[in-house]
Amino acid sequence: MAVDLFFKSIAELAALLEAKTLSSTELTSALIARKSAVEGRVKAFNSSDDADALAQAAASDARRAAGQARGPLDGIPVGLKDVISVSGQPLTASSKMLANFVSPYDATVTVNLKRAGAVVWGRLNCDEFAMGSSTENSAFGPTANPWDLTRVPGGSSGGSAAALAAGEVIAALGSDTGGSIRQPAALCGVVGLKPTYGLVSRYGLVAFASSLDQIGPFARTVEDAALMLGAIAGHDPLDSTSFKAEIPDYRAGLKQRRPWRLGIPKEYFGAGLDPAVGAAVEKAIAFYKSQGCEIKEVSLPHTQYCLDTYYIIATAEASSNLARFDGIRYGHRAKGAKDVVDLYAQSRAEGFGAEVKRRIILGTYVLSSGYYDAYYLRAQKVRTLIRQDFLNAYREVDALLTPTSPMPAFKLGEKSDPLALYLCDIYTIGVNLAGLPALSVPCGFTPGGLPIGLQLIGQPFREADLLAMAHTYEQAHDWHTRHPQL
Amino acid sequence: MNYEAVIGLEVHVQIRTNSKVFSRVAAGYGQPENTLTDPVILALPGALPVMNKAALDAIIKAGLLLGCDIAPICKWDRKNYFYPDSPKNYQISQYDQPMCLGGAVEIELPGAARNVMGEHKKIPLTRIHLEEDVGKLNHFAADSLVDYNRAGTPLMEIVSEPAMHTADEAFAYLTSLRATMIYGGISDCDMEKGQLRCDANISIRPVGQKELGVKVELKNLNSISYVRDGIAHEIKRQTAVLESGGTLVQETRDYDGQTGLSQSLRSKEMAHDYRYFPDPDLMPVKVDEVWKARLRGECPELPFAKQRRLIESYAVPYTITSVLVWDRALADFFEAAAKLSGKAQAVGNWIVNDLLRELGAAKLTLAAAKVTPAHIAGLVALIDAGTLLPNAAKEVFIEMFATGEQPGAVMERKGLKAVPVDTGELEQWCRDAIAANPKSLADFKAGKESALNGFKGSVMKAAKGKADPKRVDETLRKLLAAM
Amino acid sequence: MSSAPDLDLDHVAKLARLALTPAEKASFSQQLGDVLHHIEQLAKVDVTGIEPTAHAFPVVNVWADDVARPGLPVEAALRNAPAQRDHMIVVPKVVE
Repeated sequence: MAVDLFFKSIAELAALLEAKTLSSTELTSALIARKSAVEGRVKAFNSSDDADALAQAAASDARRAAGQARGPLDGIPVGLKDVISVSGQPLTASSKMLANFVSPYDATVTVNLKRAGAVVWGRLNCDEFAMGSSTENSAFGPTANPWDLTRVPGGSSGGSAAALAAGEVIAALGSDTGGSIRQPAALCGVVGLKPTYGLVSRYGLVAFASSLDQIGPFARTVEDAALMLGAIAGHDPLDSTSFKAEIPDYRAGLKQRRPWRLGIPKEYFGAGLDPAVGAAVEKAIAFYKSQGCEIKEVSLPHTQYCLDTYYIIATAEASSNLARFDGIRYGHRAKGAKDVVDLYAQSRAEGFGAEVKRRIILGTYVLSSGYYDAYYLRAQKVRTLIRQDFLNAYREVDALLTPTSPMPAFKLGEKSDPLALYLCDIYTIGVNLAGLPALSVPCGFTPGGLPIGLQLIGQPFREADLLAMAHTYEQAHDWHTRHPQL
Repeated sequence: MNYEAVIGLEVHVQIRTNSKVFSRVAAGYGQPENTLTDPVILALPGALPVMNKAALDAIIKAGLLLGCDIAPICKWDRKNYFYPDSPKNYQISQYDQPMCLGGAVEIELPGAARNVMGEHKKIPLTRIHLEEDVGKLNHFAADSLVDYNRAGTPLMEIVSEPAMHTADEAFAYLTSLRATMIYGGISDCDMEKGQLRCDANISIRPVGQKELGVKVELKNLNSISYVRDGIAHEIKRQTAVLESGGTLVQETRDYDGQTGLSQSLRSKEMAHDYRYFPDPDLMPVKVDEVWKARLRGECPELPFAKQRRLIESYAVPYTITSVLVWDRALADFFEAAAKLSGKAQAVGNWIVNDLLRELGAAKLTLAAAKVTPAHIAGLVALIDAGTLLPNAAKEVFIEMFATGEQPGAVMERKGLKAVPVDTGELEQWCRDAIAANPKSLADFKAGKESALNGFKGSVMKAAKGKADPKRVDETLRKLLAAM
Repeated sequence: MSSAPDLDLDHVAKLARLALTPAEKASFSQQLGDVLHHIEQLAKVDVTGIEPTAHAFPVVNVWADDVARPGLPVEAALRNAPAQRDHMIVVPKVVE
């Protein structure tokens, strides 16, 4: 049976577009139709401007007809998490606060995708202000996991992962502050890459925790992830934390094969790891061993402090980053406020959901007078130790192999306790604290048919190595060819 | 009991740059509302700050001019507080690692007389840091309107030690600081445009007591004379409270320059908790010796150093220099004219009296004037040669100021060249003058030198202004000596 | 389940400009108590002599030249404003 158009990879579609057996208009129309068919069940989109997408597709077709196609992404519809700014389109961060906000400018990644010819389409659902691990914190309702509609897609970039898994987009962008790309990628059976901090510009990304946030791609295959990363990576003068790194040809780099030295951090295989997930990851480790890789147990001794360190730093930064949402210049403004202080307090009370409020309160508290040294400053120091753990491990190994998430997709509404939900991130947040690149690649299914993700954690700015390692694995397995029945 | 005031000033100076301190939209004053904004200034979701190199240069230069230690590394902090003029609801500032530490502002206190140099003092500085300015609130009966044009303008906060004791010292401090900033090309310091703003911390204590008294912060001192008047008023107010047996409370007061009164800003607001933390969006600044050396090379001579040099090199009186040195362009103009002429004092007098008077009347800046140093030097040369007499010279000056013509040309065209007066005729006028003023004659003989002026007036009247005062003086003395 | 002894929720909510309902106060107090309790273990880490990490990759002197570029037209700047008049944002009267 031929693969449906909407389940094909960028690489396959680019070949069809190149051969002119397919137009971007046809492809975009097919996706719009697919969305109409499944979106009622998946609910991955906050909004979409179909007419605008078709206009971009027509422009792509015109470029191609004129012999001016811009490369493999030209004409490919790509969805964006609704925290990434697109000029003239809504930017809601899945919050009531920004329900009616239309951004007047493009994020740098948006500029880069448009320059590559991609059809930038769809505002994809997420946890409000990217705070969450299940996409249930969206003000516009949860997104369902396409593999089991009663389960969460993960989060916070759940809409991006679900839309891709459901065949509603060909690739997508998300943002990752503590695992928000990798965990939903794992739970939805797609590839998700969190780049090294500073590789991709944050200009135009609604800030959650500035020192941890990175934008990264969701893709069906590792090759597609390489293509997407190549399009969005690079130094940006509008982001002071953007790094002047050399951007290699990630796709060409996929072919490199080496007897990599892979580390297995023992702290990532303890209590709380779902047996099916553990078994799948063990099999993946065995595969790499069979390929001649050296497998070595390593220790990241400060792993147990990652969650606390993360919640202090992330909430502190968030409490300040989200202060701008005050109902003055834009956003939700409460009616009938008696003075400006009341206007702030009421607008923010009405505009923000519970998880956002909790994190603002926590972040405000840890920065407040008398607590700064005990919480924030101490967390920054522990962050140094956590980072050193990884750098120490990299003296012995090229990359680390871990489960992406301790458990597969859980039921919608199952985890109502914030702390229990925070524990979903235990394998992913260390990477953000250390500023490292990491990706999640599908590595099997649970007996119940839920996808499982393998996390590869790499050295700073060595995304090419990470992609090659994942590609090696993907080439020998067929997980990525399976699609949910919808 | 005698009280002593202790005053510290917090001065905010806007740095003159093309673009804002953390984004590249234009900075400026007097533009239509909300036309100098961009995603960064409006704090739109996703916008990020990027430092302005010129603003960093400016604050380092300010620090070098004031003798501060420049921090080898400094970082940016967020000062978190909610206010409608602050778009992000945090201000990017420098908390515990400011760019400049220490340093001092040299001041001159009023002298015993107008023509006597006063005492000089150095007022130590605590720190100078860089931050972003906020927007502007316009208040109406029922609501307030916000204009964000000013938001993000680079702003230096210059904090003095509590080391001043009188309103005159505060006035002198601000005058000197302002001139330093203007000299360095750092700011125009126009207080009407809010480019320089001043808050004062004032307390009083019994003379001899070491501990500081209760501190009152005085705000809205928005002209230099308001600073002097406001501080003087506050010292008087505090003294009156203590003398009447009252107690002072720590508070912020708003000074109204129109009425000369201040009013407490009821501080029911909760104690500030700014929750400072390092801004993760900005990288630290590292200042090396090469950078500092380059900026040191751009530092001009400051007013007081210039004054000392002018007095020494040109032998001009203090009164002239005390006018010249507060305006860098005027002082440069003077030096150029003095070098051309060689008659520094005469040149100085023409500049300080006539040139400034005409500029004021025409509402012109020196840069826009048609008169150049060569005009002044030429004028002085004609007077010195006796070709142009004082009254005629005044006329020539006014004409050349208006037209830009050279003084010699004006003199010729208007027929103002001095006509040599016949010696016999001059002697006759002098004799007539002496004869007509017997009382002055008696005075002069009694040793009263000033009596000579009485004769001179009569001679000039008879000569209809055409007599050279120098010759009149000589002739009168000769005749009187013979009597 | 614990509530944080130190967390003065009213004070912090005021600093954060968030009006909380009594129900929110009750649940946040308990939930944040759990989180803060968990965080207490950080006190065990020996951080003597450890430099704090503010940025993942320390770089200094990231700036731009002082060249002004066009900003947003006033209409675009105010497009999302909840209330505006005379090209300015309307807010309740601010009393200093």
